[in-house]
Amino acid sequence: MRVACALALAALLVLPLFLSSYAVTLFIFIFFYAYLGQAWNIVGGYAGQLSAGHAAFVGVGAYASAMLSMHAGLTPWIGMFIGGALSACLGVVIGYLGFRFGLRGFYFVLLTVAFAEICRIVALNTEATGGAQGLYIMFTGNPRQFQFQDNRVYYYVALGLMLGATGIAAWIERHRFGAYLSAIRDDEAAAEALGVDTFRYKMLAMTISSFLTGVGGTFYAFYLFSLQPNAVFGIPLSVEIIIRPIVGGAGTLLGPILGSFILSPLAEVSRAYFQAGGWSGAHLIMYGGLLIAVVLFLPQGAYPFIARHLRLGQR
Amino acid sequence: MDPTLVVQGLLNGFLFGGVYSLMAVGLTLIFGVMRVVNFAHGDMMVWGMYLAWLASTRLGVDPYLGFLGCAAALFALGFATQRVLVNRIIDAPHEMQILLMLGVALVLENAALVAFGPDPVRVRSPLTAVTVWLGPIFVDVARLVTFGVAIVLTLALYLFLTKTDLGRSMRAAADNSYGALVIGTDVRRVYAVAFGIGAACVGAAGALVSPILPFSPSGGLTASVAAFNIVIIGGMGSLVGAFVGGLLVSVAESLGAVFLAPSLKELVSFSLLVLILLLRPAGLFGKSAA
Amino acid sequence: MSAALLALRGLSKRFGGLQAIRDLSFDMAPGEVLGLIGPNGAGKTTAFNLISGFLVPDEGDVVFDDRSLVGLKPHAVCQVGLARTFQIVRPFPRLSVLDNVKIGALGRRPAMAAAREHARAVIARVGLESKMHAAAGALTLPERKRLELARALATEPRLLLLDEVMAGLNPTEIVAILGLIEGINRSGVSILLIEHNMRAVMSLSHRIVVISFGEKIAEGPPAAVANHPKVVEAYLGDAYVHAPQA
Repeated sequence: MRVACALALAALLVLPLFLSSYAVTLFIFIFFYAYLGQAWNIVGGYAGQLSAGHAAFVGVGAYASAMLSMHAGLTPWIGMFIGGALSACLGVVIGYLGFRFGLRGFYFVLLTVAFAEICRIVALNTEATGGAQGLYIMFTGNPRQFQFQDNRVYYYVALGLMLGATGIAAWIERHRFGAYLSAIRDDEAAAEALGVDTFRYKMLAMTISSFLTGVGGTFYAFYLFSLQPNAVFGIPLSVEIIIRPIVGGAGTLLGPILGSFILSPLAEVSRAYFQAGGWSGAHLIMYGGLLIAVVLFLPQGAYPFIARHLRLGQR
Repeated sequence: MDPTLVVQGLLNGFLFGGVYSLMAVGLTLIFGVMRVVNFAHGDMMVWGMYLAWLASTRLGVDPYLGFLGCAAALFALGFATQRVLVNRIIDAPHEMQILLMLGVALVLENAALVAFGPDPVRVRSPLTAVTVWLGPIFVDVARLVTFGVAIVLTLALYLFLTKTDLGRSMRAAADNSYGALVIGTDVRRVYAVAFGIGAACVGAAGALVSPILPFSPSGGLTASVAAFNIVIIGGMGSLVGAFVGGLLVSVAESLGAVFLAPSLKELVSFSLLVLILLLRPAGLFGKSAA
Repeated sequence: MSAALLALRGLSKRFGGLQAIRDLSFDMAPGEVLGLIGPNGAGKTTAFNLISGFLVPDEGDVVFDDRSLVGLKPHAVCQVGLARTFQIVRPFPRLSVLDNVKIGALGRRPAMAAAREHARAVIARVGLESKMHAAAGALTLPERKRLELARALATEPRLLLLDEVMAGLNPTEIVAILGLIEGINRSGVSILLIEHNMRAVMSLSHRIVVISFGEKIAEGPPAAVANHPKVVEAYLGDAYVHAPQA
């Protein structure tokens, strides 16, 4: 298993030398959404607290670093941490309200969706964030402004993000924190009775998850150069975030990555195909169908299924 | 503040509340019987609206008659959803059911988007132009008819649940599904019928609303949130609560529109949802939730 | 300073119109096995919930080792040295038996390797070694009961609250688990148990407390309690208190 991962990693590192610009872009797409999915995985997969509003964190991080760069000249390399911190603050608020008030299951989902929508509406109606027009970032190609002329640099940044988030998830998995999260996911009351401070660990998971997602917002802003409230706070983005880990395997290390490798190309193809015929939104139908299929036939996701059949690794 | 405006707002809100009540009653029935949260509720309503629009534009059927067809079609959809999809995961952890209904919502909303496009449409009905004046207040006949039909449907549902065998089986299954199984109830079929009825309610509600408001596929989420607001306030699983809650929320929204700018309406709706989530647990009438 | 390990002082709890527990007081000495019995609905599990922090009492105090437990969250109560099992067992279904017990062990041994070692030992002790890597969701009921016991034991408690741990077991299984509990007690863990199986409770307990309708109606060694008129009345009705000898 380790050998396979090492080989895959080596391949990914040298791949840009052989790929066309379009292919590089596709991989950036894969890595970036794998990163966001992994960040979500910490609270949504490992801890089992389903959030359908993670786009809120992307949006906060994106707008924060974009505005800091545009108005205060602050380099996004620092701005990303401030954006991440702000997203974490929002995450703490949502987590506190949700967990303190005992919101579980669908109540918690509703709470996260409500917050994301509130952020979206506020951003839509606030002049400082550019209202419905949003923000446009000037392309300078200056690395100090987190902009790169060469697409391939973005490739390595996105790859680095994905590996970083996966590393954090791996650390969590191997330590008490991760064990406690899986206990909380399965049965919170039983976990409490065994000495697990469930509130504290859920808050920790939420904070880390929202921070990482917020950092991702900076990448989003400085890769796409335009931020619109409906795109960056909207439910479609939240769906993009959660569908990869769910299809790939929520609560597993490789689930979000596998999910992204499966879904991102699919999404690209369907978007390109259907958009030509004026059918935008069709790829979301596919996502909906996949969610249904996964729940009915592969509830643990693709990775555990594959692992079982190839009999990979024991723990 | 002009008192006639306030009274008008109250009246409009009250009349429109019939639709909200119908919508909420459908959602709470589904939750009450199966403990399933229908995230696709608003999207089903939107399909009810579009079916009414299709009936009106292609077949010339007035929505005030066509709502029966919409209800029937949505019944079939709801029945199929429960039978084919939800029944399979009835014993699975709750997250699965949430994800399933989210998936259904995605499919429904985006299928509508693909089929009908993103632009808002409206249904024409001869009734929409008719108003009756009571002094300085006017009564929208369309709203009045909508209210009347909604009340009749809710009453019919109430009678169904209390007087018919199937209805009683449904209440039994809601109370104690294991017990219902033991006495020979085909619980899965009861569940499917319950979902069908819940969907039919919201399909009818959609048809009834279609001449009054413009609608587009993206309205699904807004409708769902409104329904959740009502049902959580009124108490998850309580029919009376859903009914009363629908009227209350509609009046509140209507009064709110008198005093607030329209762009803030959605914001108020979501903020209200947050508040209700934090302050609920059993709502006004409800049983405890999952 | 009292010598009692656990002391309930005037504990009361009401739910709406129902007074579930009324002025409940008793002591437990270190090393003791105390049986808590009473007819169905008497409030025994409510008492457990009050002691372990899942419910907050309206009045009264729960003192463990001279320290009040009232207001502590369940996880804090466990950390102080008091572990409980649930009447309807609650395994972590997706985790293996080993991982289940490890969760308990991690409380006092934060390092995963040390926790795993301790968990293995506890699993061996309760006799679930053959199922170490099985998913908890796939176990039979007696196995789940042992798992529930093992998990609580892994937290290295000084007082173990067992809630109807023998319910649903056949006589052979009961004998086995009785032996297990005795062994646990001999190793220094005090035990407070709720049980309906009278024979088991009588043979296991040093002392017994009887609750009926939320109130303590008798307390003392098993033999004394068994013949106590109030106890007979509570279980069988007052016709039996002075029943003619057969």
